[in-house]
Amino acid sequence: MAAEATAPLLVERFAIQGGDYEHGGDAAARIKVIMRQLGIDPDLMRRLSIANFEAEMNLVMYAEEGVMEFQVHADALRVIVADRGPGIPDIELAMQEGWSTATPEMRARGFGAGLGLPNMKRNSDEFEISSTVGTGTTVRYAVHLA
Amino acid sequence: MRLSEVADLLQCEVLLGEERLDSIEVRTCFAADLMSDVLRFSHSGALLITGLTSLQSIHTADVADLAAILFVSNKIPAQATIDLARAKQIPLLRTWRGMFDACGVIHCAGLPRAVEV
Repeated sequence: MAAEATAPLLVERFAIQGGDYEHGGDAAARIKVIMRQLGIDPDLMRRLSIANFEAEMNLVMYAEEGVMEFQVHADALRVIVADRGPGIPDIELAMQEGWSTATPEMRARGFGAGLGLPNMKRNSDEFEISSTVGTGTTVRYAVHLA
Repeated sequence: MRLSEVADLLQCEVLLGEERLDSIEVRTCFAADLMSDVLRFSHSGALLITGLTSLQSIHTADVADLAAILFVSNKIPAQATIDLARAKQIPLLRTWRGMFDACGVIHCAGLPRAVEV
């Protein structure tokens, strides 16, 4: 991808375990701490943090395991979330607000409203998702630095 | 409206951040048990009113830059939830009132609805 042709200035990777609600949110929180240390604009930091938390909870709820990679580039903050899991059969459907395959347990924990993926896109300047049923899903998104 | 006024109006027990209540100005509230809704529709600086006491309520307030969390219906968060909020410096309040009641009281006391975006 052209956007990733230049090497990032900083890369941090966070392992995320499917079903681990106890730590669901830790990666997003740690990335926010890094962004605050870097002096990222608060609005930008909020947008990327929301996208990260949505992505992290999606992974916790649906996948077996995965990694969230945070990259700092001169012109953008990029995140790649790749999981090993069931995959998404119909991405177009999954991107519709309100469409969800959440279980009652996920909803009882405050998630699964079918807003996560579209909200990640809404809070990003770039967003792409690819998925293979039975293998896993990879989501890439970025916010542009002014 | 200062957070201390919210605490008085709703006869809150302050679980965390008592010393900061006077200095936090709440511009609006967002009431929901569904964190998906909070992440999608809330505004930075809002007071989160919720019945969800899980760790994810704290993470939600953290990533969405919310001012504080008010737990309704006398719900008590687990110690791990309180510890995470302490680390994130998010004040926690608790009221015996239910969500509708709590919202009604502070709305009638002058806290406006959030501007739509």
